[in-house]
Amino acid sequence: MPDITFILPDGSALCFEAPDSVSLMQAATGYGVPGIIAECGGSAQCATCHVIVDPDWASRLPAPRPDEEALLACTAAPRSPTSRLSCQIRLEAPLQGLVVHVPDRQY
Amino acid sequence: MTPNEPIVIIGGGHAGAQLCNALAGAGLGARVHLVCDEAELPYQRPPLSKAFLKDPQQAVQAHRAEPWYAEAGITLHRGDAVVAIDRAAHTVQLRSGAQLPYAQLVLATGAVARTLPALPATLANVAALRSAADALRLRGLLGAAQQLTVLGGGFIGLEIAATARALGKQVTVLESAPRLLSRSVSPELAEHVLATHRASGIDLRLGVKVGDFAIVGDRLASLSVDGQAHAVELLVMGIGAAPQVQLAQDAGLACDNGIVVDELLRTSDAAILALGDCASFPEHGSGRRLRLESVQNANDQARTALATLTGQHEPYRALPWFWSEQGSLRLQMAGLMPADGVRHRRPGATPASFSILHYVGDRLACVESVNAPLDHMAARKLLETGKSPAPTVACDPAVALKSLI
Repeated sequence: MPDITFILPDGSALCFEAPDSVSLMQAATGYGVPGIIAECGGSAQCATCHVIVDPDWASRLPAPRPDEEALLACTAAPRSPTSRLSCQIRLEAPLQGLVVHVPDRQY
Repeated sequence: MTPNEPIVIIGGGHAGAQLCNALAGAGLGARVHLVCDEAELPYQRPPLSKAFLKDPQQAVQAHRAEPWYAEAGITLHRGDAVVAIDRAAHTVQLRSGAQLPYAQLVLATGAVARTLPALPATLANVAALRSAADALRLRGLLGAAQQLTVLGGGFIGLEIAATARALGKQVTVLESAPRLLSRSVSPELAEHVLATHRASGIDLRLGVKVGDFAIVGDRLASLSVDGQAHAVELLVMGIGAAPQVQLAQDAGLACDNGIVVDELLRTSDAAILALGDCASFPEHGSGRRLRLESVQNANDQARTALATLTGQHEPYRALPWFWSEQGSLRLQMAGLMPADGVRHRRPGATPASFSILHYVGDRLACVESVNAPLDHMAARKLLETGKSPAPTVACDPAVALKSLI
């Protein structure tokens, strides 16, 4: 399954292979990426799995659904044009090499 | 606490798992032993009554993968349980025979589904839902059934009812109280929930008296509802949960509707903490005893427990919030519903979307939202910062609640 990269607020990068059939959030929490809290476990309820998708990748993801869109207005770190909730991004093979940035806070 | 003193956590639910995360984040993973009864790695529970139940392809979602625990230095004791605590010796006895010493012990034992004495748990067509194993069993039973009866109109019962209805099952919900969710939500919200479920085709009966359980072989054949026989193909018990306090009680710790803890989550033995569904804690400000069964409470108490374990005293004062997804209904509650509040309705973008704001005097105390996540998030911020905009402003749909933060 796809290799993915999380860039942390200090600029360091975590690269690893995601397991099969999971969301980006599940891949991150399973690995233990710092700063991906995912308080609600992927129900699009809490906006604590906020990531900023690398601009090169943003257009290759399906657009957010309305409930994700609503929560993106409530993220702790300011929303960027390519902000997403990682629980709503399903990792499929075409996302090989996906790069996202972890914001400096989720609360 | 000196470097090698072990921290033993009993229970791998959300509270225990989140405390592992917090301790690992503080560099203390190597001291941690997590004892969990289940064979699985600690996992996400909210999906079990919704997506997991609906889709046979869905797997149980572990919070953290196994290599993470190894890397953090956390010792997992899966499929094992603590059978006794020796407070004098500072050890716990495991079912497997091993004995673990502790410097600090944390009880995250959770809650168990309430049952009825008249309905033995061994019946082939009666189910409850707390664990992944329960959910897996229920998913199998539900897949094969045409008809589902849910006993109890609480959150879990209604979530399961809505999931089953979405799968095309014929669903009956039996609630003995005159309305749904009477202790946790406002009459306005309960009425909306009732109307939505009935409109979806769920036969939801309130104020009914249930009894006369007719058991044939290993199956519940029928029960009586207000004296009328009601045939049962599959029954789900949704009549609440009771805190798991047996271990604590046997160890002589104070218990009263949960394990009694102080604002730092210490039990009556300062070397033992308790948190999550099993803990009865003093509410910040009022001091009244609360015991909350929610992911928020488990997660936030894990942060308080980390502080207490590391000698920083940070009293628990997190804002309670809660959610429930029932079919097309997304319910989100911020703050606890006051008994004596005055309620105001804030309209949402559609008739199926609104919030109920509870005021005690001039103080905003609680906000319930239906399909209005933006207002819920704004309400949490308002409540956390103690802001109380006047009801006329806060309920004006032309004013974004977020703009009042």
